[in-house]
Amino acid sequence: MNLQSEIPLHYMILLSTLVFFIGLFGVLIRRNLITMLMGIELMLNAVNINFVAFNHYLYPNRLEGHFFALIVMAIAAAEAAVAIALIINIYRKFATVSVDDVNEMKY
Amino acid sequence: MTGPKILFYLLSIASVVFSLLSVLDRRILRAAIYLLFVLVAIAGLYYMMNFQFLAAVQLILYAGGIVVLIIFSILLTSQIDSKLDLPKLSHLLLGVVVAIGGIALSVFTFSQFTFQPSTAPALVVNMHTIGRQLLDTQEQGYALPFEVISILLLAALVGTIFIARKSRT
Repeated sequence: MNLQSEIPLHYMILLSTLVFFIGLFGVLIRRNLITMLMGIELMLNAVNINFVAFNHYLYPNRLEGHFFALIVMAIAAAEAAVAIALIINIYRKFATVSVDDVNEMKY
Repeated sequence: MTGPKILFYLLSIASVVFSLLSVLDRRILRAAIYLLFVLVAIAGLYYMMNFQFLAAVQLILYAGGIVVLIIFSILLTSQIDSKLDLPKLSHLLLGVVVAIGGIALSVFTFSQFTFQPSTAPALVVNMHTIGRQLLDTQEQGYALPFEVISILLLAALVGTIFIARKSRT
């Protein structure tokens, strides 16, 4: 499927802009660690749309954006795993996952 | 309206609507399920742009891995019928201002920019090319990032186990 003639690149960038700022909005309004993590996943996905769209529309002779998106996905998976380990540990200590109530450090 | 256009509008409207719902829904498990729908719609977009491998990875890694992890942690840390607190008015205002301002600024910036597509002949993206380039050390090869990402995943694995274990004291 060749999208260049059907859909301009600007539509793709508009879509990724909307998804990115919705994710940022979610990070800003929620105080729950898990919902904040979900907002971050939305933002990472929006960035991936941009990489893939630029690759497909502007440089169809290379695969740079494709591999960049692949690596962003791997990092997102590692980040989610570490974040969830931290969240579960925080829940054991404080019995809550709200960032407002987690205000003590070890020392 | 042609087929690809209709599909594009459907997928993009679905991803925007479901990401809004996932951010605004106060029942956290539903928010996670809406996030799953967003990820599937974005996988469809990758498929439309001829990156079938990336679409498959998106489905397996995000929909199959990360969303399941998030749902696990939701079930471990919160009451299932409890609702999230309403955001404070100041946070809500800040969020709306930042989001609207950011969207306006980005749209203003990229709408004035004309992109110059490369005229080189297009590459056929299939598994053969992807595998070759991923392990190639020549130009357009990505062996170094591939190895670095494997070290990062190992570090994340060890770190996650270390963080999440029960302390002995």
